[in-house]
Amino acid sequence: MLATDDQILNEAEAWKRAGRQVAVATVIETWGSAPRPVGSHLVIDGEGNFLGSVSGGCVEGEVITQALDVIADATPRMLEFGVADETAWRVGLSCGGRIRVFVEPVT
Amino acid sequence: MELESLATLNAERAARRAAVLVTPLDGGPQRLVKAADVAGDPLGAGIAERLRLGKSGLLETDAGRYFLTVQVPPVRLVVTGAVHISQALAPMARLIDLDVTIIDPRTAFASPERFPDVRLLAAWPDAVLRDMPIDRYTAFAALTHDPKIDDPALAAALRSEAFYVGALGSRKTHAKRLERLGEQGFSDMDLARIKAPIGLPIGAVSPAEIALAILGEVVAALRLTSPRGEAS
Repeated sequence: MLATDDQILNEAEAWKRAGRQVAVATVIETWGSAPRPVGSHLVIDGEGNFLGSVSGGCVEGEVITQALDVIADATPRMLEFGVADETAWRVGLSCGGRIRVFVEPVT
Repeated sequence: MELESLATLNAERAARRAAVLVTPLDGGPQRLVKAADVAGDPLGAGIAERLRLGKSGLLETDAGRYFLTVQVPPVRLVVTGAVHISQALAPMARLIDLDVTIIDPRTAFASPERFPDVRLLAAWPDAVLRDMPIDRYTAFAALTHDPKIDDPALAAALRSEAFYVGALGSRKTHAKRLERLGEQGFSDMDLARIKAPIGLPIGAVSPAEIALAILGEVVAALRLTSPRGEAS
């Protein structure tokens, strides 16, 4: 079964209680045909393990990299991905949409 | 996100209560608002609207921009009738993340062999639904064809905030059912909530196809309108 976003937050709590460092990424805004709806979560631990999805696979790698920085300096970050963004050369949404992702540490 | 907020969010959801995590996007501390406390919150109206939709999203006010993470309870599907259709319905419903309960007092039907991995209650629905009330995050489907079992459950569903109520049976069967329920004091408006014949009109023939039609109708009720069934 696919993990729902609710199960993902349960898992985030369990990871944190187990002593792992955890960040939660959330899709907070979408434009055009975004692959995952607003409110979708990706949970990342300090080792780069992850659960959930914010883009169906397009930009997860970059979100995970940024999440490791968020964990390291305990400071939230706002990320934006899409064709209108210069990072599209590096990571972009093939579907042509844009998404904004908020990444925060669990403290 | 503080672990405590995250834990409360998860605990409220497990207790089948909604909650909202409010994140100010211009900085500032997050806070968790339980469904019961929304009215007293400074962002009460905006939070209430998001809760009604059951969806996370942005809230823009004069005071600033906020992201509201809305957590609503797992959606339940309660079915009367451990029948052939239910055997197909249960695994299909699980795939779309519905929490399924099947109620049937006939122990020959309600056997774990016929229904592996499903919450199966071999009891009368009125007793079950007294202990496990139907809430606004619950869909109900009456599938036994037996008024002794379906009617009391339908009555309980109509008295609840269930976001979906459906009943199996031909138009003729359903007309008789409406008469019986009408005699119990349900108004035409109450009775109009019952989707019958049950399921989207896709020409379903086999039990699995009927299960698919039912689930399509449940998903439409869930996604095309708010959990209370008001147009969103």
